Amino acid sequence: MIRHMVATSWLALLMAAPLATAQAAGSEQEDTQSARYFWGAQFEEVEYRYSDEDDTLFTWDGDLFYGRDELKLRWLTKGEYEQEHDAYEQLENQLLVQTPVSDFFDAKLGVRFDTPEGPDRTYGVLGVSGLAPLWFEVDASLYLSDDGDALAELDAEYELLFTNYLTLIASLEVVYGIDEDEEIGVGRGLNSTEAGLRLSYDLWDRSFSPYLGVVHENQYGDTADFTRASGGDREQWFSVIGAKLMF
Amino acid sequence: MKVLALFVLACLLSWTAQAGEYNLTVDRVMIDTGEFTKSGIGYNGSSPGPVLRFKEGEDVTIHVTNNLDVSTSIHWHGLVLPFQMDGVPGISFDGIEPGETFTYRFPIVQNGTYWFHSHSGFQEPDGAYGAIIIEPEGREPFRFDREYVVQLTDKHPHSGDRILRNLKMSADYYNRQQQTVGDFFSDVADQGFWSTLQDRLMWGDMRMMKADIEDVQGFVGLINGQSPEQNWTGLFEPGERIRLRFINSSAMTYFDVRIPGLEMTVVEADGNYVQPVTVDEFRIGVAETYDVIVRPREDRAYTIFAESMGRSGYARGTLATAAGMSAEVPELRPAPLLTMADMGGHSGMDHSGMDHGDMPGNDSSMTMDHSGMDMSGSTMVMDHAAMGHAMPEADDNPFYADGSGLIPEAADGGRFLAYTDLRAQRPLYEEREPTREIELRLTGNMERYVWSINGVKYEDADPIRLQYGERVRFKFVNETMMTHPMHLHGMWSILDVGQGKWNPIKHVISVAPATTVYMETEVDAPGEWAFHCHLSYHAASGMFRKVIVEGGPDSVADGEAEAVDGQEGEA
Repeated sequence: MIRHMVATSWLALLMAAPLATAQAAGSEQEDTQSARYFWGAQFEEVEYRYSDEDDTLFTWDGDLFYGRDELKLRWLTKGEYEQEHDAYEQLENQLLVQTPVSDFFDAKLGVRFDTPEGPDRTYGVLGVSGLAPLWFEVDASLYLSDDGDALAELDAEYELLFTNYLTLIASLEVVYGIDEDEEIGVGRGLNSTEAGLRLSYDLWDRSFSPYLGVVHENQYGDTADFTRASGGDREQWFSVIGAKLMF
Repeated sequence: MKVLALFVLACLLSWTAQAGEYNLTVDRVMIDTGEFTKSGIGYNGSSPGPVLRFKEGEDVTIHVTNNLDVSTSIHWHGLVLPFQMDGVPGISFDGIEPGETFTYRFPIVQNGTYWFHSHSGFQEPDGAYGAIIIEPEGREPFRFDREYVVQLTDKHPHSGDRILRNLKMSADYYNRQQQTVGDFFSDVADQGFWSTLQDRLMWGDMRMMKADIEDVQGFVGLINGQSPEQNWTGLFEPGERIRLRFINSSAMTYFDVRIPGLEMTVVEADGNYVQPVTVDEFRIGVAETYDVIVRPREDRAYTIFAESMGRSGYARGTLATAAGMSAEVPELRPAPLLTMADMGGHSGMDHSGMDHGDMPGNDSSMTMDHSGMDMSGSTMVMDHAAMGHAMPEADDNPFYADGSGLIPEAADGGRFLAYTDLRAQRPLYEEREPTREIELRLTGNMERYVWSINGVKYEDADPIRLQYGERVRFKFVNETMMTHPMHLHGMWSILDVGQGKWNPIKHVISVAPATTVYMETEVDAPGEWAFHCHLSYHAASGMFRKVIVEGGPDSVADGEAEAVDGQEGEA
């Protein structure tokens, strides 16, 4: 229940913050001839996942930012809710400050709060994100937990345009445990990969783009063993249906 | 009968008494484009606002009442006037607060076609614009039987605030002309697999798009507020000479204008007479004006067709001998693509990182990666043939990069107006050597949607200081892949087309990607002025400067300049 409230209050914040800031941004430009503060909200994934084991998951991966070209405040939110057990398998929020370090890349620094079913973790975050050559969206982060365990994550995404509205989005997420954190099922070395292919169509500008796709999750090494020990699957296929949002 | 005569007399009297005195209200209005209806901003209850008709030599008084709930302003685009009347909040004055009436008073010292618009926020893209016609004191150097204003704009269903926010979130938000998988295979068929692959790798490496010609697509082109479907129509009698006063009031869109079946004789550019040149088509940059004379001899309708430069939209109107007539509306031509020539300083074949922040003298705060780059700001010389593109020759048009994808061609193989065709009819100034040169590199980062001059955004930049009485030569070096219409307020921009004293006198200079363009300015207007790219979202993203003219007859401006400057620093 509490987790529900946490999740919904994050969402409420997400809705309210833009309203307050939009007005400030508007009035400023009238005096200075330049618009300086912006906000934006993007959800790369808001979807239902149906596994080959007949599990149903609701997942999201999104972010909200506010700030200037030189410095942005960013809030990333990511979650995986399992319907059958009424439990958040994953619930992750990051609060970051982000600043450009090159034409195409930003550095980010902040805190990550993991509050899923089971033990919680708080991490310090250091990362880079941006656009790599050949149009790969890349995001690499290093996490250091309050227990001193380090974790690394790399996300990459590529959009293949079949038309200017119909897009195939290929994504890959790799988690690597620098230290072991058995309590939350993190082994040393390569933990897991999640590869996705989503065929999306821009229905309403770029604000609402529904998609269908497949996702493959795989775990490796000790991580896979921890999962098996707790009765989970080390490898899963999902068919997904959802939408990309930008507003 | 007597009463009627008195009434007419009274009307005439009141008209003469009001000559030189105008009232404008700034209002929330609904704009109906036929394709969508949107709340916007207009003057005297409509968008576009009324056509203001001034007479050269008169002193005008214009009362502007702000009926909005936000601050507003009116800038008289292209008019030479005291700087306090120029209407740029934060530079010329404080703006006009809600409910307030501001009175503009200035002498009209020129003639021609101009326009006015709000300089506050995105009120101009939201509809706050109108036309100005100034009748000359003397005779015009050409004859015409009737005249129409043809005011173009690119009305978008999104508000200006939302457009810039979306561009900041995702620079290609509005670009629906990106190259697709299908384009890849059709290029493979035309040019072979390796050549196509190499081409895609090269552009992908730069993270730049060939299709990046119009930042904001999805607009409806309007003529005098009417969409293609609503079809603005101007009537004529066959054989008449019609003067069409084209004004491009778009936020972002260049138009290629033609009237199939009619030649157009260009007689004025940016309000100043030019030596007549007859063309079949011309490109009008954002905020430019061109006056053309057409002489339709047949009893039929003619379509005024204005395609956007990137071919994502068009405006259409009609010249006809009776209301309700229409002529064939041409198809949009295929969208052009930028070439490596348009990338200029961005890149060569070198596939190492592309950090144009490392160009000499770049003090930008947004580019910080200075790791081992070797790149000069000069235009790259490339072997275009190796890329398998057939490119038009640019030898006769130095205002496009050699091999540029933007070089225009007339629709039916006729003549397309070039800047080099423009010659002043009456030079305004004695020809003399400039006292100094100021280089302005037009810079930016498309992906971040940050635009700047010399790598510095407006809020971080010092003003450009000019001395009253000097003649400055401005050198624009466009290091971006966008075309920038640069607009200096208050003083004329004499475009160097290599014709000395016959160089045309303008207020907007369009600078194509990877080109260097020179203009000269006689610094004859004391005070503080704006100088910016007239693409609304480039100006608001930092491609903007304040110019301070020091000295001069009205040296009150000096003291004030310092004071305002100080405030600006704090803001």
